[in-house]
Amino acid sequence: MKKEILRVDNVSMKFNLMEKKVDDLKDYVIKMIKRELRYQEFWALRDISFRLKEGERLGILGLNGAGKSTLLKIISGVLKATEGNVTVRGKIAPLLELGAGFDLQYTGAENIYLYGAVLGFSREFLREKYDEIVEFSELGDFIDVPVKNYSSGMKARLGFSIATIVEPEILILDEVLSVGDAKFRKKSEKKIKSMFDKGITVLFVSHSIDQVRSLCDRAILLEQGRLLADGPVEEVCKIYEEKINS
Amino acid sequence: MNRLWNNFKKYRFLLVELVKKDIKLKYRRSYLGILWTLLEPLLTTAVLTIVFGNLLGKGGRTYPVYILTGRLLYTFFSTSTKSAMKSIQKNSAMIKKVYVPKYIYPFSTILSNYIIFIISLIVLLVAAIVFDVKPTIHIFEAVIPLFLLLVFSLGVGLILSTLAVFFRDLEYLWSVALMLIMYTCGIFYHVEDLDLGGKIWIFKSNPLYLIIVNFRNAVFGRPMDTEALIISVVSSAIAFLFGVLFFYKQQDKFIMNI
Repeated sequence: MKKEILRVDNVSMKFNLMEKKVDDLKDYVIKMIKRELRYQEFWALRDISFRLKEGERLGILGLNGAGKSTLLKIISGVLKATEGNVTVRGKIAPLLELGAGFDLQYTGAENIYLYGAVLGFSREFLREKYDEIVEFSELGDFIDVPVKNYSSGMKARLGFSIATIVEPEILILDEVLSVGDAKFRKKSEKKIKSMFDKGITVLFVSHSIDQVRSLCDRAILLEQGRLLADGPVEEVCKIYEEKINS
Repeated sequence: MNRLWNNFKKYRFLLVELVKKDIKLKYRRSYLGILWTLLEPLLTTAVLTIVFGNLLGKGGRTYPVYILTGRLLYTFFSTSTKSAMKSIQKNSAMIKKVYVPKYIYPFSTILSNYIIFIISLIVLLVAAIVFDVKPTIHIFEAVIPLFLLLVFSLGVGLILSTLAVFFRDLEYLWSVALMLIMYTCGIFYHVEDLDLGGKIWIFKSNPLYLIIVNFRNAVFGRPMDTEALIISVVSSAIAFLFGVLFFYKQQDKFIMNI
């Protein structure tokens, strides 16, 4: 019996959009006095619930603004849900687009330890995996060069290597699977597929129905913050296609 | 509470890495490197000694040591609070992508500044030797104000880093406040010399001044000033507790503003 690895219960997310932008103390005080501090409420997500078992690969479909990225941010702990609960049993590794979290002044090698630490891994573990990460990224001697001198492809390759070699229990892919040149892309697809075989749980956000069909076994469909469908990937993809074409 | 502690243990390595990074990168590209941290207080103390010591005839033989005891502590307070203020914004890219206990950012900058501050105390040691300030048993009491300095700075740093997320112009306001704090620290003059009378409360309400007073006592071989000690312990504790609570309550709103 596969264990439950992610549990989303009645999650809702409300954003307060200030009617007029307030950036500093002066504006804030003036507006407070003039009673112009009004908030507009925007519900990005409404009452989302689903469960994910270990090894399942969930595709999250929806048009722009449906709430996909917001949902991912709540699951990974970046955002706190206004209502509802998320329970995660395992380490999450989000795939950083182009290494957005790297410190540019630091070398690639130093960033491996830094990003690994951010993901919550220990020094010993990273030391073990260090050589594998460097090898997979194909950066060679460039690993000792400050990341600010890397090309965007190099940054992406390093980010990808770290996030996948550390073998998280849950991998979050937010519309990023085309990283690096054709040769590296093949290698990374192979790596992701081997992770699938090892039973890693995946959350995959994409606009590409084909990619979702080929990678996922389950899918959910979001529309304007609400959960429209939850089921086997083929079914949900059909519903999504009908919505697009209607 | 238990969950909080477990979380902290999990990210212990990250805290170490962030502190290491701050210190490494601070000196990586600079020519003088760590020497500058030692040189700068020396140079400014020399200037202050010349101006206030020789020209205005104040201070006495051990004046440079007197200046340093105040200046080094104040400099730590001002640089660490300033960098704590910017810490959330500076790390916004990471905060928006991955979950990290956010207090780790102001914590790590304050800690890295503290380590550099401790190293800079070498300058004080050298000056004490040169100007013949002999250590007494009281020198061990210096640990107390040094510890309070860290706690107080952490508290203030947490409060400032929270506010700075929502109010960008806080940086300028804080620079002005720091100026006020500096002048009420008695760095380059003796507060006893001033004929203050009742107005002494201006100084006594500055916890940093009180911490410096006790640090000076330890260095110059005098016992701790109990009144200063009590007030500085209480205010450091309050600052820290308030800082932690305030940060904790507001941290979920950060991401909407960075």
